[in-house]
Amino acid sequence: MSLLDIDERILDLVKLADIVKCPIVDGKELPEVDITLVEGSVTSDEHEREILHIRKQSKLVVALGDCAVMTNVTGMRNYFQLQDVFDTAYVNAISNDKEGKVPDHPALLRLNDKVVPLQEVIKVDFVIPGCPPSADVIFYVLSEFLNDRVPDLSDVKKLRYG
Amino acid sequence: MASIEKRKIIISPVTRIEGHARITIQLDDTGAVDEALFHVNEFRGFEKFCEGRMYTEMPTITPRICGICPISHSIASVKACEMIQGIKPAYTGNLLRRLIQLGQNISSHALSFFHLSSPDFLLGYDSDPASRNIIGIANQFPDIALRGIRLRKFGQEISERITGKKIHIMGIAPGGMAMPLTAENRKALLDWIPEAKETVRIGIDIIKNFHRENEAMVKSFATSPTLYLGMIGENGEQELYEGNLRFIDADGTILQDQLDPKRYLEFIAERSVNWSYLKYPYYKPYGFDKGFYRVGPLARLNVASKMKTPEAQEEFLLFRAIGNGKPVHGTFYFHYARLIEALCSVEEAEMLLNNPAIISTDIQTHGRWNYNEGIGCAEAPRGTLFHHYITDDTGKLKNVNLLIATGQNNPSMNRSITEVAKQYIHDGTKVSEGMLNRVESTIRCYDPCLSCSTHAIGQMPMEIDIVDRDGKLIDHVIR
Repeated sequence: MSLLDIDERILDLVKLADIVKCPIVDGKELPEVDITLVEGSVTSDEHEREILHIRKQSKLVVALGDCAVMTNVTGMRNYFQLQDVFDTAYVNAISNDKEGKVPDHPALLRLNDKVVPLQEVIKVDFVIPGCPPSADVIFYVLSEFLNDRVPDLSDVKKLRYG
Repeated sequence: MASIEKRKIIISPVTRIEGHARITIQLDDTGAVDEALFHVNEFRGFEKFCEGRMYTEMPTITPRICGICPISHSIASVKACEMIQGIKPAYTGNLLRRLIQLGQNISSHALSFFHLSSPDFLLGYDSDPASRNIIGIANQFPDIALRGIRLRKFGQEISERITGKKIHIMGIAPGGMAMPLTAENRKALLDWIPEAKETVRIGIDIIKNFHRENEAMVKSFATSPTLYLGMIGENGEQELYEGNLRFIDADGTILQDQLDPKRYLEFIAERSVNWSYLKYPYYKPYGFDKGFYRVGPLARLNVASKMKTPEAQEEFLLFRAIGNGKPVHGTFYFHYARLIEALCSVEEAEMLLNNPAIISTDIQTHGRWNYNEGIGCAEAPRGTLFHHYITDDTGKLKNVNLLIATGQNNPSMNRSITEVAKQYIHDGTKVSEGMLNRVESTIRCYDPCLSCSTHAIGQMPMEIDIVDRDGKLIDHVIR
């Protein structure tokens, strides 16, 4: 969502690159690409398959946002047993009626016991922290890469956590 | 008959990084559709992992539930905190929170309409999926694309000019706000108003043209009646920030009026289902099977007696005429309702910005832990949102319950998808492109907050497996 906060500059960006697959454009199979920005932590079997596939198809993987970089709020459930986390939501919540079932349909993803950041599963080439990362920094990083330069985040204004 | 294992069709989006959904269509043994199961594939467990934390952390933690409507979570959360402390927010702090929430409503509705939906209306449902997105709009209708992007920016900028951040802002605090609005920023925001209003007007023209040119489709699109829930002000006017609740039935009869949100448990229950990580809430007095209700822009305009601003009121009367005095059930009218709300939010933001008190520094009162329980409620862009906290005697959370807007539309989304499937699938072995488009546009009407993934700009990616009764794959469609 923070990517959209670059506002009108997205129209500059599409002059430099085709956005082939993203929540804001449709894509079918992920083709071989130059840069992939990945948001979110790895929380399930499906995310694991997905991130391995993304790594294979991408020259450069950028972890975008605190969840991807260090799990952030998504990782807060790591302090609890997964079963307890499920029971709290699906069995014991005070608005639940007594007919509730913990979701277990085969079409649903299987949650891993622990949430991990991207770099525990794949090699990550660049990180943009922040919750969310600042739109200016996203735009800066993409512009640098698209102009064959390596971005420099050492300036404190560009590095933001939380 | 009942013992025969049902065959299944799975429609699964393949583009997703987070929060994705897929659909299984269950067939009976004659190949006719029994029901659709809408799978919401996202679970993070906030209710559990917030336990043991101080209640005052919640306004910072819970906005991370969503990047599109984080402010609604902050607001529901600080209201719950204020109930725990037994305090009222400072006057200007309260105005500023209201203003920030209007900003979020404007940016979220702009995103839903201009970025996500307008390509269908302006380029056509059958246009090339590769360019059926905001970039495609920018190529063919550069002025509209730029305006849509800037309308969203205006909404985001309200947050930024008060708190310094657009998403997951800090500063909405129990007792009011932690920072004021400066005179300079107030002026900058007021300067945006005419452009924002014009853009919403352009959106309203686009949707009205589309209604005129596609009357039969619009009128017949997922029209099953439901109950509706929305927040209202003291005089029954549409309200997002601070008010009571109204439930109406499918004929428009008021079931509950001026209901204090703190009593939500008396009227709303939820059921967990095995096929989705999103629960199925229902209107408790009617039970699970008959208690379907909807929330969000369509619901809010169906329950309200009027809008609180003049231009939005004019459109509201046109909207209500569609239902001839009864609730408007057609799911397609969500888009129109959303734009009327956006208009109202721009007008209301103008009123607030013109209020001299908006730049006062009377922004925060302070309290301490006093009560064990707090319930906060706000209207998110997608519908009514409840936060409910129970603490121990030191203020540590013992119990957290979150009733999310999209969840309340979940049973109706599921039913709308079943209706579409029944209309399109008869022999059980082929899924047509027409059906995929209808499923996609049905989901898009609700603007669910799993939109980051299922709700791509452009064509929604889907994968369909058709499985026979032994689980053997007999057809597989990807688009």
